[in-house]
Amino acid sequence: MKLPCPLCGSRDRREFYYMGTEDYLTRAGEGASLDDLDNQLFLRDNPAGLTRDLWYHEQGCGAWMVVTRNTVSHAVLAAELVAGRNKGAKDAH
Amino acid sequence: MPEYIAKTALEGQAPLSIAGTVLMELDHGAVTSIQPFPGQAKALAKTLKPLGLAFPGVNSFASKDAALMVWSGRDQAFLIGADCPDLAGVAAVTDQSGAWVTLSLSGPLAVDALARYVPIDLRLAAFPVGSAARTPVYHMSAVVMRVSEQGFRIMLFRSMARTGWHELEVALKTLAARAA
Repeated sequence: MKLPCPLCGSRDRREFYYMGTEDYLTRAGEGASLDDLDNQLFLRDNPAGLTRDLWYHEQGCGAWMVVTRNTVSHAVLAAELVAGRNKGAKDAH
Repeated sequence: MPEYIAKTALEGQAPLSIAGTVLMELDHGAVTSIQPFPGQAKALAKTLKPLGLAFPGVNSFASKDAALMVWSGRDQAFLIGADCPDLAGVAAVTDQSGAWVTLSLSGPLAVDALARYVPIDLRLAAFPVGSAARTPVYHMSAVVMRVSEQGFRIMLFRSMARTGWHELEVALKTLAARAA
């Protein structure tokens, strides 16, 4: 399995650390109910098909990325940097 | 004040020459990690200009006289072999001089030996001269630079110096024995 690091290019899976669903990027806000917290911490979808996960290029450039892949076909479809995703213009080198 | 003597990680290690391929330690001098603050790219470029260097592009390095600058991660580069100019307010700077070992591997067996440990395509078309990569060398975090068609400059954590040397030596000996 290879993952397309947006910086380094296509790299072997062994260079990456797997974190889990991209839901970790969205935190329950201040004053969130126990249900919201429970949902954020413990309740996970288990989709057959498209899934978006957080990966860390641990043995490479040290960037966090969101990888879109298909759990049925095993196709890896896209990867985007987590850094700067809320900004219009990116300043990444 | 006591006087400190700077020692490289493999101080005293003689170069190893196998079938025309040479493995040796390089004294890299000063190594400084430079991580520009957001929006400071221009200010950084201006400060680096007197050195004749620019912040390197992704997966690349460049050298000017004795100084070398290599991309070492997202928004990070190492300035090697030169004193770092004052970058206060421009970039986060840390001294990495004693934290790394630099090995030089060059000769006809260099590509094949390194390919045993590095999970990237080392063919000249995919990794041309001037390329650099953050990639593991046999599970060891590394910065690999291609300095010539058959030559690499490899940076490993200082604590991995002997392991790195040993692995490359084994690969060279194996390849040479197989060819003999």
